[in-house]
Amino acid sequence: MIENFDFGIVIGSLPFLLKGLKISFYLTLLALIGGIFFGTLLALMRVSKFKTLQYFSMTYVNFLRSLPLILVIFWFFFLIPVLIGRPIGGFYSAVIAFTMFEAAYYSEIIRAGLLSVSSNQISAARATGLSYSQSMVHIILPQAFRNMMPILLTQAVILFQDTSLVYVVSLRDFMTASVIVAQSESRLVEMYIFAALVYFVICFTFSFMIKKIQKRKLIT
Amino acid sequence: MIELKNVSKWYGQFQVLDNCSVKIEKKDVMVICGPSGSGKSTLIKCVNGLEDIQKGEIFVGETKVNDNKTNLNELRAKIGMVFQNFELYPHMSVLQNISLSQVKVLKRSQSEADDRSMKLLERVGLKDQFNKFPAQMSGGQQQRVAIARALAMDPIAMLFDEPTSALDPEMINEVLDVMVELAQDGMTMAVVTHEMGFAKKVADKILFMDEGRIEEMADKKNFFENPKSDRTKLFLSKILPH
Repeated sequence: MIENFDFGIVIGSLPFLLKGLKISFYLTLLALIGGIFFGTLLALMRVSKFKTLQYFSMTYVNFLRSLPLILVIFWFFFLIPVLIGRPIGGFYSAVIAFTMFEAAYYSEIIRAGLLSVSSNQISAARATGLSYSQSMVHIILPQAFRNMMPILLTQAVILFQDTSLVYVVSLRDFMTASVIVAQSESRLVEMYIFAALVYFVICFTFSFMIKKIQKRKLIT
Repeated sequence: MIELKNVSKWYGQFQVLDNCSVKIEKKDVMVICGPSGSGKSTLIKCVNGLEDIQKGEIFVGETKVNDNKTNLNELRAKIGMVFQNFELYPHMSVLQNISLSQVKVLKRSQSEADDRSMKLLERVGLKDQFNKFPAQMSGGQQQRVAIARALAMDPIAMLFDEPTSALDPEMINEVLDVMVELAQDGMTMAVVTHEMGFAKKVADKILFMDEGRIEEMADKKNFFENPKSDRTKLFLSKILPH
């Protein structure tokens, strides 16, 4: 059976697939930055002393985490054009959807990171006259991020895999590109083996690097 | 200079401070002692507003601490504080630890702040360690850096919350030496400690607390030789013979 396989098709479609991979990476990177930024804001709201901010953050996080990601992707793809009156395209709606979705997950990770820093550190910072926000920015957040770096990066690997879901809005990421090639050339098995291999190599390499970082942290 | 008037504080139902009144004069060293859980640490944390109070008044100089109009950040910048577990910032070098608030709060330039930090490191005997991280130092060294960090703000008073309790016995003296020197230089100090040797050497007044109340406040001669309260006598009889 294997002699009937034609992996030449993969070579021929490489430029097209690479373009898809680039979109996957861009999407991951933008959603990662946006997700960590808004996740940090949500986490800061959650640990603040203002009840309104706490409830807003709690409601947002619990709501988004109760939805399937694929629904959130659909939602922003169809909702945003309705809201602003013009289409913004698959890529940007996906960036927004992933950012909003990841923010909910990241906020929980970051909140745990914030709580991992001893409250005495805040007392020490404030005792020198630093304001609450200065203490957060210079003392608490840097320590929190250092403590949670491995989990943040692991979540980034999951995010990279999840970006393949943009298939449902026909955004040509690596997964969608693979599907297009597979179907148009009727080489489903070869193409999906290759796609799996690419995802595996990227994610495995990244996970391996995370483990290295974790080990180095234990030594110092 | 520092005055607490009838201060009371509750954690929920539990009363941690019960009608405490204390006055610390300029250049005086006040040692606060007492059993664990007696409210000593809470008392000095009220002075710079790290803990709030439900009753009474606290003044530092002319400034009322428990007043919504008071800028607590400005006030805290003028009062140095040293903690039991040092609380250096682990992600910063020793120099950065001491310079940070000088730049962010006092608005000194980085080089001005670093110069001041180096002078203070020299004063606490750690000039060559400026590039190290807290985790690379002994407890005694970390606590001396913490003292330098507090002094860098040019405080008008210093608060010490059990500064030697977390230290190995061999390192206690290097920290106490720095504190004795400070006291002799005329710094106004409030020190929560069980180091009675330190108290005998530099304290102007000694305050004994139990169950949130001030049981005894006296100058050191009267405190050690002629304590009035039975609770103080019991405390002294247990800690002094050693």
